[in-house]
Amino acid sequence: MYSPAIIAEAMVNGLLTGAVYALVALGLTLVYGVLHIINFAHGALLTCAMFAVWGLSEGLGVNVYFTIVPLAVVMFGVGYALQYWLIGPASRGEDSNTLLVTLGLSIAIENALLAVFHSDTRTLSGDAAFDVVELGPMLLSRPRLIGFGVSLLVALVLWLLLTRTDAGKAMRAVAKEPMGARLAGIDVRHIFALTFGIGCACLAVAAGLLLPTFYVTPRVGNAFVLVAFTIVVLGGMGSVPGALIGGLLIGMVESLGGLLFGESLGQGGIFVIFILVLLLRPQGLFGARA
Amino acid sequence: MLEVRGLSAGYGPTQIIRGLDLDVAPGKIVAVLGANGVGKTTLNKTLSGLLPIQAGDIRFEGQPLGGDAADILERGLVHVPEGRKIFPNMTVRENLELGSYRRAKVRRAANLEKMFVQFPRLRERSTQRAGTLSGGEQQMLAIGRGLMAEPRLLILDEPSLGLSPLLVEEMFALIRRLNAEGQAILLVEQNVVQSLEVADTAYIIENGSCSLSGPASELAGNPAVLSAYLGLEIGDA
Repeated sequence: MYSPAIIAEAMVNGLLTGAVYALVALGLTLVYGVLHIINFAHGALLTCAMFAVWGLSEGLGVNVYFTIVPLAVVMFGVGYALQYWLIGPASRGEDSNTLLVTLGLSIAIENALLAVFHSDTRTLSGDAAFDVVELGPMLLSRPRLIGFGVSLLVALVLWLLLTRTDAGKAMRAVAKEPMGARLAGIDVRHIFALTFGIGCACLAVAAGLLLPTFYVTPRVGNAFVLVAFTIVVLGGMGSVPGALIGGLLIGMVESLGGLLFGESLGQGGIFVIFILVLLLRPQGLFGARA
Repeated sequence: MLEVRGLSAGYGPTQIIRGLDLDVAPGKIVAVLGANGVGKTTLNKTLSGLLPIQAGDIRFEGQPLGGDAADILERGLVHVPEGRKIFPNMTVRENLELGSYRRAKVRRAANLEKMFVQFPRLRERSTQRAGTLSGGEQQMLAIGRGLMAEPRLLILDEPSLGLSPLLVEEMFALIRRLNAEGQAILLVEQNVVQSLEVADTAYIIENGSCSLSGPASELAGNPAVLSAYLGLEIGDA
């Protein structure tokens, strides 16, 4: 058996990774909760953000963490525009159309990236990935600690936005009662686009936090979105606290799974959980019954 | 303040309202009455911009009424919809706050306090999720949310629907009280007797157009109204 210190370290490491997973899941769950669509382009948009971080960092020499804020602003604008002018009008009020539009978008983005960057794996140069912080008996990766802190901060900001601002309240209102919202003078189309934009901004932050310890390829986003989707189901579709807790939990399961069954089987635990949740608590930890 | 002339409206190609005329004067209660399916809700949805005008003309305070729901609300025409359409996942206070999302935002705090005086139950339940309220409380909340926008004209769509008789009484008392403070109200109801008691003028809608209109007190004594809506046969036997 492993020593408690190793298990503790694996758990903490899982939490650190899980926080970034949660960030990807937050965007997904927010869009699902308000627009009631599953954004199949979420992974491709994450890949775009990761390439942008890589480009800024390697090409222009910008510190990777300094790319986050400007990129979040840009991604917000991209998301807003995509929903307002493309996904919204193209769906014509039918959720199944939205599914096809976002899926088509993801295929287009992925192939455009493949055409430009080929399928090579790229990482940031430099050895920032190997920075460690000593915490008692544990050695923790510094980029992951930063990722953890920033992810929690973003979750907090998002929560404040949803509960304290009119725009956030309007998002929650539209989520459950779009007609009542329209009669209260809320521009539903704008709120949909706003939500989509915020979901994309979360991806930009996630990209900046992932890249120091991860690689980027034109298909890299899919792996994260698969995990993020599990988190969304685990936490409850549309639930923001659910995505955060679910993300931390899934991170830990993956890390412990990797420790006990070998790195390549670590993700197996995630899907076991996914199936168990679907069987035992299909509404998720924090989800309301449909 | 509201003038509707020859209005036709409906869903897609389907016409439900056909050539309707209607007037609301400032400070009055105007009742729009009729059975299920005659087009009352369609009329409301058209007035509040949820449905397009197919033909005819709506003027509000002298200006043509058009644009989307938000523009219309901004001008002070506020629609409290049938079925309440409150935000069930949000607290009572948040529901009220969103009533002033687009209009009267600067006076939100003062109006919120007014609502809590008007509806003490809502103050008691201000931190509770709106979905957990009783039907009567939800209706109060829906009206409160509408009032938060400081309506020039308040449209109430079936406010007594699904309420117990005692709460229906309370609802009509509230409508009187609001009107006594100067609120113009367009009251759309199936409850003919009580609506005619509170209204100044009334319109009876059948098949998408107005079959009868006039002062509410006159309509209340009209044998045609009584036989159609109360099943009373006057003069027989």
